[in-house]
Amino acid sequence: MKDSATPDAVARPLPHDAARLHVTGAARYVDDIPVPANCLHLAFGLSDTAHGRIAGMDLDAVRAAPGVVAVFTADDLPFANDVSPSIHDEPLLADGTVHYVGQPVFAVAATSHLAARKAVRLGKLEIEPLPALLTIDDALAANSRFEDAPRVWGKGDAAAAIAAAPHVTEGSIEIGGQEHFYLEGQAALALPQEGGDMVIHSSTQHPTEIQHKVAEALGVPMNAVRCEVRRMGGGFGGKESQGNALAVICAVAARATGRPCKMRYDRDDDMVVTGKRHDFRIAYRVGHDAEGRLLGIEFVQYARCGWAQDLSLPVADRAMLHADNAYSLDNVRIESHRLKTNTQSATAFRGFGGPQGMVGIERVLDHVAHAVGRDPLEVRRLNFYADMPALRAGGGLSAPPQPAAASPEDISEAKMEDGLDLASRGAAAEIPAEGHPEVAAGGIQTTPYGMAVEDCIVNALVDRLAESAGYAARRQAVADWNAANPLLKRGLALTPVKFGISFTLTHLNQAGALVHVYQDGSIHMNHGGTEMGQGLFQKVAQVAAARFGVDVSAVKITPTDTGKVPNTSATAASSGSDLNGMAVQAACDTIRGRMAEFVAGLHQADPATVVFSGGEVRVGGEVYAFAKAAALCYQNRISLSSTGFYATPKVSWDRIAGRGRPFFYFAYGAAVSEVVIDTLTGENRILRADLLHDCGASLNPALDIGQIEGGYVQGAGWLTTEELVWDERGRLRTHAPSTYKIPAVSDRPDIFNVALWDGENREATVYRSKAVGEPPLMLGISVLMALSDAVAACGGPDAPYPALDAPATPERVLASVKRVRG
Amino acid sequence: MNTHSDMQAGQDTALPGPTTSKTRLVVNGTERVLEVDNRTTLLDALREHLRLTGTKKGCDHGQCGACTCFVNGQRVNSCLSLAVMHDGDEITTIEGLGTPEDMDPLQAAFVAHDGFQCGYCTPGQICSAKATLEELRAGIPSHVTKDLLANPPLSPEEIKERMSGNICRCGAYANILEAVLDVAEAR
Repeated sequence: MKDSATPDAVARPLPHDAARLHVTGAARYVDDIPVPANCLHLAFGLSDTAHGRIAGMDLDAVRAAPGVVAVFTADDLPFANDVSPSIHDEPLLADGTVHYVGQPVFAVAATSHLAARKAVRLGKLEIEPLPALLTIDDALAANSRFEDAPRVWGKGDAAAAIAAAPHVTEGSIEIGGQEHFYLEGQAALALPQEGGDMVIHSSTQHPTEIQHKVAEALGVPMNAVRCEVRRMGGGFGGKESQGNALAVICAVAARATGRPCKMRYDRDDDMVVTGKRHDFRIAYRVGHDAEGRLLGIEFVQYARCGWAQDLSLPVADRAMLHADNAYSLDNVRIESHRLKTNTQSATAFRGFGGPQGMVGIERVLDHVAHAVGRDPLEVRRLNFYADMPALRAGGGLSAPPQPAAASPEDISEAKMEDGLDLASRGAAAEIPAEGHPEVAAGGIQTTPYGMAVEDCIVNALVDRLAESAGYAARRQAVADWNAANPLLKRGLALTPVKFGISFTLTHLNQAGALVHVYQDGSIHMNHGGTEMGQGLFQKVAQVAAARFGVDVSAVKITPTDTGKVPNTSATAASSGSDLNGMAVQAACDTIRGRMAEFVAGLHQADPATVVFSGGEVRVGGEVYAFAKAAALCYQNRISLSSTGFYATPKVSWDRIAGRGRPFFYFAYGAAVSEVVIDTLTGENRILRADLLHDCGASLNPALDIGQIEGGYVQGAGWLTTEELVWDERGRLRTHAPSTYKIPAVSDRPDIFNVALWDGENREATVYRSKAVGEPPLMLGISVLMALSDAVAACGGPDAPYPALDAPATPERVLASVKRVRG
Repeated sequence: MNTHSDMQAGQDTALPGPTTSKTRLVVNGTERVLEVDNRTTLLDALREHLRLTGTKKGCDHGQCGACTCFVNGQRVNSCLSLAVMHDGDEITTIEGLGTPEDMDPLQAAFVAHDGFQCGYCTPGQICSAKATLEELRAGIPSHVTKDLLANPPLSPEEIKERMSGNICRCGAYANILEAVLDVAEAR
């Protein structure tokens, strides 16, 4: 049995699987699914107070409003009042106390969406205000935090190295949060079934989480709930846990009324209710030499987590895990504070803390370069990890990797009975460390958490990008241009990305698949990953088609369904293709093996010689159409259906000690951005961007380039125009696209060059590809650094460092210009 | 034809005048008659009453462009327009431009250039792109048109300006622009 010959379905730039449906408006999202005529529509009544005790609630007018069928408060919930993905600290409906402006307090089910929204406005809440903690400083002063103390990880002796260093540079950067602004808002539909079962359609990245929380809320086992997801109109992390509330209240209301129930957030509600990217403050103190070599470094990261824990611990962990980015640090100490405030519960957002940690170290490199008077790229190069030879680890091209030595996580029975949310990244704090995380032996370059960096390509990648983007010539051109232009100033920056791939909660690195071959040769494929626009479904279908040697059009892509593939992990951590591609490959190979054995038997041939290619099955000189081979197998009672399973090998991690190998591998990339600022107003724009990114051996170059361009745009938006503003009462004032500005097509740089690195993954991933969901977002950091460069150009040789905070709005750029000009 | 509210109920909140109206729309070439609350937006009339869900609701206040469709050949944000204002008007939605089997050239170009990722903004993007090309052909200037007396050029700058009201969170702008330029140049 051989792998299919070329032309292969993988490594081809095929369009998105539902492309024709998307462009004609025929692609259905949750709110587009036809509902039964008696469907009810739900809305939440929200807290208008950042922190307070609910002294009274008068909902008579709500109940009397036209179209209202049912009203729910915390007292009306039959079972668990909890939608938390971690420590059960997030009631679906406020129970006695409100913790932020926008917290759901009661819910209305009415005959129309409009009727429900109008009715909730009639609720009269009497809330006695309590002191509210809104900012990082508020929370620090009150010692309001998650976990008992800050996490501290490190390597070497940072304090001693800094004390001994010839130069010390220190500073601090504020990094704003980010609203997901998925174009399709949160939505869920609950359809009650016979015998108390419930079917949920949800716009979620985590169907198993929805199934789990709905089961808890209905007091039924998970097998009584089925969650289905065909697609999302964008997720970006905002649909990993934030859809729980809608699905659960729909299920509760459907159970109470016996009617289908649907809920979608109005855009303003969506932005006010749901969590966002964590905003951070990162303080740093670094010892370095006169060239800019980093000798010792200390980071203190402050994450504003909001009112509930949600996924904040693993987010803050990942910020620590990316405090090195692509730089080899011998003496480093990273301290992380997870602060609890009376604001939305900050949550997953593409990069999951990694981008914030990376902004911290890129800021340090920029600051140190300024201090020693060198081009920041030279200083970056001085500190990169060394490139490693491109040796393959493990077996052949598609050898199924063996899981690492079993190290079952010690989950006590007591915790299981507590309803521990095992499938959530929020379980991180509840699961004890494994016994012996793998730490690289001495002599090998390691991260601050002891993981060997074996696959580094950052030097070669940066060299190639600097060459193709003409960095050196443009550095001079920018300097010349700035010398001649007093009002407008240009800036240029190249920043690298090294992003760790795997869930840091090790047991989540698993996936399942279900594949059927029908007797007509058509193929039905299902797996635990969800489609949110990233092209996962098409990439995985390409894998299935390649395994059977058929055209990808023969593979039917089906909605993610907890009834078909159970116990799925969230489609998150960039892991979708890595995990689900491998699981589908395993399922296909099982079926293909059975088919090969059968047809080989017909011809007294060795099954290993059967070839699946070009829509045919070839054996011993005979050629069968794939459909004919499938029909023969069926007639001879050969099973044409199989599950598949994959567990990522090699990963193990102790998050308390900060030691181990949390990642299977790293994905690399780099970007050069050139910007121009108006020194009178601070207004700015990106003139040119050059991106070079590592997807290993890309499964689909067209989809991967789309992820890279989109990630850069989203990262640049986060650090420039996207500003979240809360007022002194904790109200989010930027709660719609009228006041919260994501990039538009007019923000696209005029010159935008994107290329894929032509390597392959050193590790045995699916067809040696690499994950691409999150890493390119951090290419956008080059924009912030280019703006810093432009601001620096406004000052003389002895001017202070720009110290530009993010997002670098025109106001902040202008303030920074004034600072360097004195 | 109007129906009248229950003014006789004598409530302080009751407003004089009709609360619902019968409205005749010609949607994608087919006449449709609706009896809707006067406050129903054109977007909700299309999605909730006529079950044409290709037109999307992104923000519901005219800032995202996902609900863009055509009224008598001109693009509008259908969330900012009331259905009753369009009695007798011709409405064209994304479903009226083409079907998966028979796509409009712009729809085909969006497929060929991967002009989307999640697809939620796509119907609005395509309607706006179609209008952009028609407005350029009609010589209507934009904010970035330098010479108001000459026909505006089919340039990336003009297209970016005219498409800037349609936001795409996936950031597929490079490919959207290529798709639109492709069709612009083919004409």
